Formats: sequence, structure tokens, C-alpha cells
Amino acid sequence: MPLNDRRDLLAGVPRADFDVPGTSRGLIDVIRWRYLLSLLVKTGVSTRYRNSVLGWTWSYVRPAAQFFVFWIVFGLFMTLEKGIPNFAVYLFSGIVIINLFSEAYKNGTTSIVGNAPLVRKVFLPRQLFAVSAVIVAFVHFLPQLALLIVVCAALGWLGSVTLMSVLAVVAAVVIVMIFSLGLGLFFGAINVRFRDAENIVELLLLLATWASPVLYFWTMVENVFPAWVTRIYLLNPLTVGVELFHYAFWYPVTDTDLQLPPDLGWNSLWALLISVSTLFIGQIVFRRLEGRFAQDL
Amino acid sequence: MTVQAPTRPSVVVDGVRKSFTLNHAFSLKDTVVSWIRRKRLTSSFRALDDVNVVINEGESVALLGLNGSGKSTLLKLVSGVMSPDGGQVLTRGRVAGLIEVGAGFHPELTGRENVFLNAAILGMQRKEIEERYEEIVEFSEIEEFIDQEVKHYSSGMFMRLAFSVAIHVELDVLLVDEILSVGDAPFREKCRQKFEELIAQRKTLVVVSHDAEMVQKLCTRGVVLRRGKVVFDGPISEALGYLE
Repeated sequence: MPLNDRRDLLAGVPRADFDVPGTSRGLIDVIRWRYLLSLLVKTGVSTRYRNSVLGWTWSYVRPAAQFFVFWIVFGLFMTLEKGIPNFAVYLFSGIVIINLFSEAYKNGTTSIVGNAPLVRKVFLPRQLFAVSAVIVAFVHFLPQLALLIVVCAALGWLGSVTLMSVLAVVAAVVIVMIFSLGLGLFFGAINVRFRDAENIVELLLLLATWASPVLYFWTMVENVFPAWVTRIYLLNPLTVGVELFHYAFWYPVTDTDLQLPPDLGWNSLWALLISVSTLFIGQIVFRRLEGRFAQDL
Repeated sequence: MTVQAPTRPSVVVDGVRKSFTLNHAFSLKDTVVSWIRRKRLTSSFRALDDVNVVINEGESVALLGLNGSGKSTLLKLVSGVMSPDGGQVLTRGRVAGLIEVGAGFHPELTGRENVFLNAAILGMQRKEIEERYEEIVEFSEIEEFIDQEVKHYSSGMFMRLAFSVAIHVELDVLLVDEILSVGDAPFREKCRQKFEELIAQRKTLVVVSHDAEMVQKLCTRGVVLRRGKVVFDGPISEALGYLE
């Protein structure tokens, strides 16, 4: 009968030949599973608008509706339009990047619970679900970005495209995506045990639009709050993302005395650092809780 | 039992314990109420208690026992979906689970897309899947419907495709949880032959099933669990006898 002396049993085969099932190396494993990742992204993108008549048009309708409401209320009723020239472009460039964040963050948070049947039954690096959720959000952001570019091009923006503005767009997208992946991993892991996380995320997303200069100019914060609050405000990765988009799309086509926040370059680096730290913390929490996913779902 | 030629373990389950915590309080209100009444908020349930099993390469082993005896938990620990509270589980080579076939199927995708998605979920790379694609579809016998959305499939067709994908994964250890009841009699016979093929290739098979007849045909050894403990470990016919 087998067993009892383990040493004997393991003598035939070196210990190094064995694996401990269920160990993953976190985000590094995502690279090894990139083929599955690509399929998950494809599935997420292609099934999103299945059985809907308008399909991808919805990706334009939502931000367009949001834009018109804000534009009418803030631009026309509250006459921000007079204070901020080209308010429509200012508004839309902010909305686009905030939408990327909302979508990525929300998808990331629900990604584990949403894939419960798989998480419960098959072992694979669960980070894959969060990463693919964020990439799917990015794919849906592209048509909005295209729309923004078309609008700006109509205002004669193409002549003023510089290397710096392209870099600003890329930096904004990278910062916001890393930030939302970090938050998505963190809240996604907690959401498995405490579904309160989803509600907290809804709340945070409600605040996100107001905690960054989408609807107003950043100097309005400076005028009311002490300097250190403004400093923190400007380091918020979302603020940086929005201001980078303003820098790339709104500033070149606008003739104005208004100044974008100082040290945008340095702030971007800080924001990148904050985003990477968020990702790091999110990853640690995720890995801590990962072992219990299958039994908690 | 005589000692056979060199035995090389494929799966080592060494002093494994696993408990589940059952929550009795589902909301803040519940928590407060039971705290005031000094009732316990959680209780723990021991699913596996000091389980020791070594499964050698090329062996086909059935895990037997009544419902709730810990068979499926043990299989989940070997597959890595869960981790043990104590002791350790070691596996050698590629482990693939036929645990609840079709978990990764997406109803809105076509059969073809689902084959690729599910095979990738089970750890296959693009090239491997492309090489085996024909074989998978042929085995499932649903060629004419392969480009239809899976949600239009009958449950039998669905299970056949899912099963066919899972069984064509490159593997060294195959874990099978109660899926031998898939499909009609001819298809079941085909599955059994496929399993025998795998056994002939010296793959390791771990089966959880209540189907005594099927288990008797496939497996050589039976491990009987009762309330999380191994109560019998030996030849399959004796194990089945012990169970009764």
C-alpha cells in the first residue's frame, strides 16, 4: 500500500520536477497567457453589442449625451463658456479620458465576480480577467478619441500637432490605464467577498468627474483652497490625465490667456509613479485574496 | 501487493487538511444581532482531514465516497483552484481538469470560437489548438453546426463539444469530475475508449464518479473517502465492495 514514508516516494523523482498547483506569479503570468488574453479581449469587444440594433453607435451616443447635458448646463446656463473659450472642446477632451477611467475601473472591479464559473472551476491567473477588462475599455475609448480628433481637426488642429502633444495623449492614456488597473485589481479582489466594493466604486466614479478639471478650470480650485490642497489635487492621476488631454487637444486650438497648471511634465511623472504604486498595491492585495476566490464566490 | 517496476509519483497529497468557514451573518445587521446574542458568527466545516494519497504515473484512480465526503474538494486542490490549509499537494507535468465541462463556454460565440477560447483557458497555445482543431470537431460530431452560436445548441451537442475540447488538451494528469454521464450511449462509449487510449499512453487519470460500472472499467485503484478521511485505498473492485 502506498505512502507513509514520503522520502522513499520522492526518491525516484527529484522534488524540482513537482509543481505546487495553484501558484501563480501574478501579472508576469499574464504575459505567458497572452494568447488567452487576446481571446478574452476579442470576446469582450465582440459580444458587448450583440443583439443590439445600433451596436457600436452606443459607444458614441453615451458620451455625446453626457457632453450635451454638461455643455448646456455649464456652458450656457452657468456661462462657463465665456470664461473658458472653446468650452466644447475643453469639456469633451476631459469627458473622453474620464470615460476611459470609469469604464476600465468598473469593468476591472466586476471582472472576477463576472467570471465566477471559470474562477471556481479552472485554475488560471485571475489577473487575466482584470487586465482584459481594462483593455476592452481601451478599445471602446478609441472611437471617442477618433471623434475628438475629428472635431479638433475641423477647428484647424492638425496644423498644430506636435511630438509633445502626441506624447501627452499617450502619457495620459498610460497613466489612466495603469491607475484603473491597480484600482480594478484592488476592488475586484475585495468584491469577491464584500459586494459593497461595487457600490463604493460607483460612488467614487460619481466623484471622479468632479475631482478633476473636466467641467471647470483648475484655477478655480486654487482660488478657493489652500496651496497644499491644490498641490494634491494636481497630483491626482485623473487631473493629470485630463490636463494632458487639454494640453494636446484644447490648448493648441484655443486663443486664450488661461494657463494650464505649471509643471505639467513633472506632475505627469509623479502621477505615473502614483499609478504604478497603485498597481503594485492592487497586485499585492489581489494575490493575498486570490487563494480564497474559488471558495468565496 | 507486489512492488512493480519503478513507480514515479505524478500526484502527491501529503497530510492535506482543508476546512471551509461558513458565515452565518450576511449583513451588518446580522453581525450586530448575533454579536449581542453572543452567537458565533462563523462555524467551520472540515472537508478534508489529514489525507495522504500518492498517485503514480500511468495509474487510473477513482475517488469514491458519498456526497459531501470531500472527493471534489480533493480534486480542486489537485487542480489548484483551491489551496490546502495544511499539508501540501504536489503535481508533476501538465494537469488538466475536466471539472465541469463547458465552464468557459460563451453562449454568444460560435462553436469554432468557443473551441479556441476554451482550449486556451485550459492552457493551450494557438498553434497547438490549430493543429488539433479538426480532431476536436470530428470527435464532437457536430461539424455542420460548428459555425453557429453555441446558445442554439442542444444540451447534448454543447456537452459533446466541451468534452471534446477538454479531452484533446495536451496533458500528463487528467482530473475528471462526474462528467462521464455526458451524451448518449454511443458517445459515452467513445469517451471511454478515449480514456483508455490515455491510460495506454501512461497518462495519469483521477476520476470522481458515482457510476460504478464505468469506474470499474476504467480504473485499477479506488480511494474511498468518508467525511474527509481516507478509509480505504486499494484495488477498484475491493473499493467498490467497501463502499457498499
